[in-house]
Amino acid sequence: MLENYWVLILIPLFGFAINGIFGRRFSRQVIAWLSCSTVGLSFLICLLTFWEFIQLPVDKRTISRSLFTWIQSGNLVSEFSFLLDPLSMVMILVVTGVGFLIHVYSVEYMAGEEGYYRYFSYLNLFIFMMSVLVLADNYLLMFVGWEGVGLCSYLLIGYYFEKRSAGDAAKKAFIVNRIGDVGFIIGIFLIFRQFESLEYLTVFRTVSDQFPEPTAGFGVLGAITLLLFIGATGKSAQIPLYVWLPDAMEGPTPVSALIHAATMVTAGVYMIARSAPLYTRAPETLFIVAAVGISTALLAALIAMAQRDIKKVLAYSTISQLGYMFLAVGVGAFSAGIFHLMTHAFFKALLFLGSGSVILALHHEQDLMKMGGLRKYLRVTFYTMWIATLAIAGVPLFSGFFSKEEILWKAYSSPLGNGAFWFVGVLVAGLTAFYMFRLIFLVFYGAERFEEAHHESTPHSPTEPSSLIKVPFMILAFFSIVAGFVGLPEYLGTNRLEGFLAPSFRYMPEPASVEEHGHFSESHLALIAILVTFFGIAAAYQLYIRDRQITERLAARFSLLYQLIWRKFFVDEMYDWMLVRSIRGFSRKILWKSIDVNVIDGLVNGTASLMQTWSHALKRMQSGYARVYATWILGGAILIFLYYYLTSF
Amino acid sequence: MVPATHYLALAAILFAIGALGVIIRRNVITMFMCVELMLNAVNLTFITFSRFLNQVDGQIFVFFVMTVAAAEAAVGLALIVLLSRRTDTLDVDQANTMKW
Repeated sequence: MLENYWVLILIPLFGFAINGIFGRRFSRQVIAWLSCSTVGLSFLICLLTFWEFIQLPVDKRTISRSLFTWIQSGNLVSEFSFLLDPLSMVMILVVTGVGFLIHVYSVEYMAGEEGYYRYFSYLNLFIFMMSVLVLADNYLLMFVGWEGVGLCSYLLIGYYFEKRSAGDAAKKAFIVNRIGDVGFIIGIFLIFRQFESLEYLTVFRTVSDQFPEPTAGFGVLGAITLLLFIGATGKSAQIPLYVWLPDAMEGPTPVSALIHAATMVTAGVYMIARSAPLYTRAPETLFIVAAVGISTALLAALIAMAQRDIKKVLAYSTISQLGYMFLAVGVGAFSAGIFHLMTHAFFKALLFLGSGSVILALHHEQDLMKMGGLRKYLRVTFYTMWIATLAIAGVPLFSGFFSKEEILWKAYSSPLGNGAFWFVGVLVAGLTAFYMFRLIFLVFYGAERFEEAHHESTPHSPTEPSSLIKVPFMILAFFSIVAGFVGLPEYLGTNRLEGFLAPSFRYMPEPASVEEHGHFSESHLALIAILVTFFGIAAAYQLYIRDRQITERLAARFSLLYQLIWRKFFVDEMYDWMLVRSIRGFSRKILWKSIDVNVIDGLVNGTASLMQTWSHALKRMQSGYARVYATWILGGAILIFLYYYLTSF
Repeated sequence: MVPATHYLALAAILFAIGALGVIIRRNVITMFMCVELMLNAVNLTFITFSRFLNQVDGQIFVFFVMTVAAAEAAVGLALIVLLSRRTDTLDVDQANTMKW
């Protein structure tokens, strides 16, 4: 399998083509089987590859495979080639694994929807593009995958395109991502200009020759890394480009789970981890990455506390967790970022699938205030969502605990980190615990508030989908519990994941000094974080189970603050006012009313009227008298004769 | 021996008369004959050069021109007959409908 692992990329493409072209005529069963089996097969190949991969000696674990030369122009040579190393191995396992589970879940979730084949062919295309993104061995091919997943995201957010809000959300996601992508592609240009290659390994070798040590000041590496990071903020929903992700929840829930939680939005983190040899040589950019990451984590966690739409809470939670990952890579702890990426993929996918099953059971009700008391009806969803919530909140022994502690510890102890990063990180951990348990309590406990939202004609109680859909729940719940054990902290064991990923992070500069600053040990800091987490859980319990009145009184007391959070800090309104309106005004007044009307139309109409004037004059030549025509001919002949006669001297 | 310029001058004069006739005269048959006159002026030029340069190419050309002139005469006369039948006149200025 190691030789031909790349076929796993092509299989979903095949599924996409068949379903996309002929799907309209297939029965739903055929579509579902075709789509799930292609991704399942990919996952199987991936597992086999992984099995052979871990038996290789550590220094052999970088397998590059070129299919053909894609672009050749001057000294720009871009191969259509793939690179399998520990980093892309982890990513492709997550992508195909979680992708497969969500395909299976979708079979049932989408059963009642129109355009079944459309949905599944897009989903297959997404798996293909995401595989290209993570397995590409040069920046250009990565960009192909990067844009491809953006396209799939657009298509799937706008899946219910007859709804205006879905169409708007899709466009918003697409446009905001384009803004980031401008940065990304200029970064790629700069990489080529500086290193004369786009292939990762060549670039990294060159950069370690050119810059043996981290550069002081903001040089060309600073520019490259910053531009790449702008691309990452678009794809991975960080400040200032995060605004598209909450709106992206207009898409079907499995799509939110797969694309907008587990895989695509983590592409930015992957890209920065992949470019680690560049980033570690530009400490200024790394600081910006970490600062943006932690600010995003805090902002999104605050907003998530007051949202009423179950999917919006999860969307802001995703943004917040992505912020953690950027904090990790920003302090140089790349493997910690990838670790959190992996555990987050499991528990966040599970949370989204759980919310999907809640939404389905309540006939597309997404308002948390119209749920409650569902634990009696949705047993499997209830237990698995509890597990996922414990994992995301960072309760000890669940997967999220280990990855989050790793990040917080690195934020504190790494030479690039500091106490402030750690402090805000712990604060966000508390907020995370609070808003996640608020969600659990509002959905599954308390009074059944969904009755009034129901029609009298459908008195049957909410039910869970059939057993097929429960399998992904179980598997994801299992991994939400155990995935953390691959990266135990130092005081409990060894961090296997970090060791596994190490070959991907060669070509690093020698660290200037490895002195551990600060005087707290990892276990003490972890203890503080655990206490804060439990405080968050207790607060949620107090507010949403013990005494519901407190919530309203608090909201009334701090109404200004509450309004600020509930309205998402007015960021959307601010963007609308500052950017959308000014651009629209500029386009309307300057570009349309003056430039388009006067210059463009003027050119076109001017050409036409010039022609008209001339032809009015010239048409008089055509009198209809044969003798006049003969005269014209004679005159012409004389002119030609004169010309030759005069020029012959 | 008569020099070449004499022949050429005669041909030029004949050509000019023909051209002026096409432009000035209104009778379509006169115009037609003027065209023939122009063609024969050209023929005369060809023959002159053929004779004085000792090459037969010019004479071959003349045969071509005469052939074309014969075909043209057939087509032209047919057109004239049609014109006179339709308009009852031979005045070309009456046939001026082909214009803007």
